[in-house]
Formats: sequence, structure tokens, C-alpha cells
Amino acid sequence: MVVFEKPHALTDAVLHYCPGCTHGIVHRLVAESIDELGIEGKTIGIAPVGCSVLAYNYFNCDMIEAAHGRAPAVATGVKRALPDNIVFAYQGDGDLASIGLCETVSTACRGENVTIIFINNAIYGMTGGQMAPTSLLGQVTQTSPYGRDPKTQGYPIRICELLATLDAPAYLERVTVNSVKNVNRAKKAIKKAFQNQIDGKGFSLVEVLSACPTNWGMTPQKALQWIDEAMIPAYPLGVFRDKGAE
Amino acid sequence: MKETVLMKGNEAIAEAAILAGCRHYFGYPITPQTEVAAYMAKKMPKIGGTFLQAESEIAAINMVYGAASTGKPAMTSSSSPGIALKCEGISYLAGADLPALIVNVQRGGPGLGGIQPSQADYFLVTRGPGHGDFHVLVFAPASVQEMADLTGRALHLAWKYRMPAMLLADGTMGQMMEPVQLPEPHNAFGTDNPWATTGTELKRPHNIINSLELSPEKLEQNNFSRYERYRQVEENETLWEEYLMDDARICIVACGITARISRNAIAEARKEGIKVGMIRPITLWPFPKAPLARAAEQVDSLLCVEMNMGQMKEDVVLAIRCQKPVDLCARVGGMIPTPDEVLAHIRTLAKGGNA
Amino acid sequence: MAEHEIVIAGFGGQGLLFTGKVLAYAGLLEKRQLSWLPSYGPEMRGGTANCNVILSDKTVGSPIVQNPNVLIVMNNPSLDKYENAVVPGGKIFLDSTLITRKVERTDVDVFYIPATQMATDMGIHGLANMILLGAVIRETACIREETLPEALHHVIPARKADLFDYNMKAIQAGKDYR
Repeated sequence: MVVFEKPHALTDAVLHYCPGCTHGIVHRLVAESIDELGIEGKTIGIAPVGCSVLAYNYFNCDMIEAAHGRAPAVATGVKRALPDNIVFAYQGDGDLASIGLCETVSTACRGENVTIIFINNAIYGMTGGQMAPTSLLGQVTQTSPYGRDPKTQGYPIRICELLATLDAPAYLERVTVNSVKNVNRAKKAIKKAFQNQIDGKGFSLVEVLSACPTNWGMTPQKALQWIDEAMIPAYPLGVFRDKGAE
Repeated sequence: MKETVLMKGNEAIAEAAILAGCRHYFGYPITPQTEVAAYMAKKMPKIGGTFLQAESEIAAINMVYGAASTGKPAMTSSSSPGIALKCEGISYLAGADLPALIVNVQRGGPGLGGIQPSQADYFLVTRGPGHGDFHVLVFAPASVQEMADLTGRALHLAWKYRMPAMLLADGTMGQMMEPVQLPEPHNAFGTDNPWATTGTELKRPHNIINSLELSPEKLEQNNFSRYERYRQVEENETLWEEYLMDDARICIVACGITARISRNAIAEARKEGIKVGMIRPITLWPFPKAPLARAAEQVDSLLCVEMNMGQMKEDVVLAIRCQKPVDLCARVGGMIPTPDEVLAHIRTLAKGGNA
Repeated sequence: MAEHEIVIAGFGGQGLLFTGKVLAYAGLLEKRQLSWLPSYGPEMRGGTANCNVILSDKTVGSPIVQNPNVLIVMNNPSLDKYENAVVPGGKIFLDSTLITRKVERTDVDVFYIPATQMATDMGIHGLANMILLGAVIRETACIREETLPEALHHVIPARKADLFDYNMKAIQAGKDYR
């Protein structure tokens, strides 16, 4: 009999995420990967500023809360001090692709042997639905009430493609979690991003296209559909770098 | 004690930090502190330590935050504009009760300012460099020897009280060479850090390094207990030097390089029969309020010698509760007061006037 | 021994800081109180630069030399800048190959030494600073001659150790110049 259990790497705390938000799924995938790799006891996670700011309450491993955008720098500090431990940062699009872009690119550029889980839901969730660097063209948000206009608000930033121009990153993949099939693929990618670190392969980042029904103004079902219809065309899924496979 | 060697102030800081056990340095180049980074870049790889040139001052202080979270001594160094950038990270260090050493070799400002020496970050560093209610330990060495000694002390006290410590110098102090006796290698920090995030090994509940507390009641309590620790620091860790104060009628208050300059002026004034002495704050936070209050009972007037527009003077006036007039001899923008300028102020005060 | 407050001034690249370091290391070996302070910044290459050295038997107060009693000067702008700062009775050592004018003050001792020309003639280009230092040591006794070789060994980088003899030769030439 298969019993569906909570991963050990998750605490018993009740998640604060909105109904239909996919943070919970990704948290679970991270925790499952940690369990399966048997690394909880030596893992140190970095929580960002954004919706997942409280992630430090949800993971059972040691956790550090970082300043907005600085998780990769904090991860670097931890990894340099404890090179034999496993270090991951969990960040949203405002944190990783806007205020912390410099830290993201520089950490990737150094090939820092850390794992980054990047939640791209094309919006600022915690502050109530403002335009993100990854918001789509025409997307209506609190701060792009007439739709994102490239003439004044620029274009969405594609992090995997951007980082793929660098020599150092070991592994870059974009996945999503809007179907069982996609969740399974995402799990594989996340686990690999941790395995890479165990193997000393270097910087691994998994971008997860995620749903924010609350701030998108959609039902959870519609939000999962919107990932297929609007997000994937702008952010194609796939592997952008895999040094292990090359 | 080792043999006496000749070293630049910046190099003495770097070597003293290494001798005190610091093995993790993160920094970003800026004049006039670059020798610290250069020294670390040369030395750290040979002793199994970390030297990392970060992408920015902001990244550097957050790398320090990460390394400090593991309970290992970590440091960064910069100069005034870079310290301003680090303030967010320093606030997070304070809010998460993490120890760290930050070196600030000051230069003239505001803005990009200049690269010549200054003491204009006094307000910034003594009032809590960042957002929120907090303090950092601030040490103001006045010789290369003190730069070495206070580096070890700053690391030690940062660990003892779990708070960031700052070594505050200026371009002159950083660039000058003097004889210095370095300490033997020692461990300035504790090895038992039960709070550190080092991995649970599945043997304990997870540790969380964090400054977020959404409950105002709890956040208030966090601040209260932090300030209780600050009270202990004020009680036990205040440092100052009194120089020729026994018979003084005028008390100079100066720290760092301006205290050195003031010594020359005091020597000249004493030749003229003017009874002038000096109280030199060695810690700027905590500030030596008590000795200044005692001095105010004795002297006719005080004279602050500063390379800023009188920032420390405010602390002096508060410390002596406005009992006596406090004059100011100030040069700014990278200019350094000369002993003659200080002497002119002393003479005016000796005649009973305000300069 | 009297306190020596020394300013060494000229263009960046003339070995001003190096000269100061030789004096400072000699002071260290003689267990004197001392400070060495360079000017720093963009002027380090090509512009005017200077180095302040204080050698004393008392605790050194300000490391900034306001009124030197020994001035070693290697270009015109630096002589213009420092001539009036020298204390009465002080000594000025100048490179008369590079400095075209005479010192106007009459209350100081001036030593005109064509150091750059001498260095060129001797085939030790770039050691005019050491020639001037030789004259300074002879005239001021600010450091003892016997500590000089060890001080030089401290200051010359290991990869340039072969330059030791040239430096000693330059210093000797400065000592002998009348």
C-alpha cells in the first residue's frame, strides 16, 4: 500500500499561501528531494523577501532569512564557510530577477556550487499584485493598470536564457507545476539541481512557472490554464544548460 | 608577542583579523581601504580561508551575513560610500543578532565626495548604521598598533554580544605605516554557537537566522532584550584614553587621527603654560559619557577636534549636559586640521573666549 | 637624538615612498618611534606625490609633517609647495638636475645635488632618490649608517634583490658629493 506522507523535510507548520498558489507544491518538491537524497541534516536554506518569506518556518532544515534580493549572496557566504553542506535559495521573481538581479547573475557567473529555486509567477504577490520584471506584455497589474507597455515598462526578463549566456552555470531548466505531468518533471529537475550540488558540479537553477490566482484575478483552475496559454509561450519550458549531459 | 614590524594600518587590520581567527573576507574595492582586500587576497588562499571580491558592497555584506550565520567569524571592509551601501545588511545582521566585523576607512563626502581622509561617518555609524533601532560597536583606533589590537577586540566583542562591530579609521590611519607588535594567533570568538545554521544533522530542531517578526508585541520584546544587551555593553566595554587631564582647564575631545594631531597642539600649548589635556574616545559607541561628565566638573571649556562639521560635539554636549562651553575645531572634505589650527583654538579658549 | 620630521616630495614614480620606507625601516631597526605617511590617490602616477616620515625618541603625535626640518625635493612644483614650510635652520636637499631655480630662503641650509644627472652618468637610472638620501644621511644623521644595509634589504622586494648593490652605490655617491 502506498501511503501519501508529508516529507520529513517539511515542518508541521500550516502554510500561509493562498488557495491555488503553487508555492506549496514547489515546497513539497524541494522537501521530497531533500528527503530522497538524505541531505536534510546538512542542508541550509535561504528564504527570500516576497510571498515565500516565511519559508524558514516550513522547511525542517536550518534556515536563514535574507534581505530582499540578497539570497544568492547569503548562500555564497554560507557555502564558502561550510563547503561540505548543501545550500539552497528559494526566491521569487521580484527578489531574484529585479532587486537581486546583480546577485543572481554574479553568483551564477562565479559558478557558486549552490541550488536556486526560482518561482516565476509574473507578479509581486506579497505586496498585492504589482508588475514584476517577468510580467507579460499587456499584463494588467496594480502598477501596470493599462497593461504592461514595452514602450515605458520594458519587456519581460527571461532568466534561464539570460544565465545561459554565461560560461559557469552547470544546470538551468525551466519547468512548471500546472499538471501532474509537469509536476513530475519539475520534481526531477529540482532533485537534479540538488544532486548537482552534492556532486560538486556548480551553480544550478530551476525556474518554476507558478500560478498566482489571487493577484492574477483568476480561479485556481483558470490560473493553471493561463500558465499554458500565456506564460509558456513567453517562457518556453526546457533545459537551457546541463553540463552533466554535455 | 611577536617582533615589532612596520605595517600600514590597513594591512595591520587584515593581519590582526587573521590572527584573531577570521577566515572569511568579502569585499569590494574602494579607496582608501583597498590594501585590506589586497592583503586578504594574498593571504587567505594560503591558509584555507575565503577571499571573495563580491559584485557590490551590498553583496559583500550579505555574504558576511551568510558566513556569520554559520557561526564563523567573517568580515568586510570598505570606505564611506560603500558603508552607506552596506547599511541594509548591517541592519539585518543586528536584527538577526549576528556577529561580524565591518571596517570603515573613511573618506570625505557626501556623495562620491573625495578620497582623502575624513571622520564624517560619525553620525552614520554611532546612531546605528541602517534602518531600525540598533547599535554596532564602534572602535576608533589612533595608531597602527591600536588598529591591530582593536581589530581582535572588535571580533571578540562582536561574538560575545552577538552584534556587528565596526572598526572606524580614516584614509590617513589606513595608509600610514608605524611599528606594530602583532598578537600570537588566538581565537577571538566562541566555538560554541548553538544558534548557528550549520545543518541539524537530524539531531536538533532547525535553527533559524532571522530578523522578521510580524507580531509587534514580540518584535518589541526583541528590541527590548537587544537593548538590555546594549546596556551591558555600555557598562562594560566603553574605552577611552585620558591624556594630561590631571590639572587640565581645557579638555580636548578627539578620536583617531585628530587625537594624534591634538597631541602636538597640546605639547605646544603646555610650553606656553596653558593647562590643556585630552579625552580620546576609543569606543565611539558606547561613548565615554562618564569620563567626559567628570572632566566637565573640572575644566573651564572643552574643544572638539573633528574632521566633520561637529558630529561628535553633539555627543560631548549631551555627555556633559551642557555644563561647560564646547568649542569646535573642524576641517572637512578631506582636509586635516593642523596642530597650529588646534593651538589657535586652545589659545582663544585659554583667554576665556570662544574661538 | 633630535626629532627628524622629513618630507620627501616630487613626481610619482621617482621613488619617494621607497626613500621614505628606507628611513622608516632604519628607524624601526634602531628602535625609534616613527611614522611613515604617503600621499595617496590619482596623483600616485606622474603627478606630484609626497611622503612624510617622522623619526623620534618620543611618541609620535601627528604623522602629518606640517613643518619639516628635512625636505628632500625632486621637482619644481614640490619646491614651490614646501619651501616656506621648512622650519628655520632646516635642511633642503634638492635634485638640481630637475629643479631649475634656487631656494629663496636664506634661513635654511640648501644642498643642490644634480642627482638625476649623476644617476644617468653612473648608469643607475632611477636612483636619484638614493643619491639624495646619501647626502641626507651625511648631513642630518637622521639614521645610523650601519643600519642602512639591513633597512634596504627589508625594502627592496625579493624579486629585485640584485638592485641592492646599485642602491648602496647611489647612496655612497650622494654621501661623497660635495
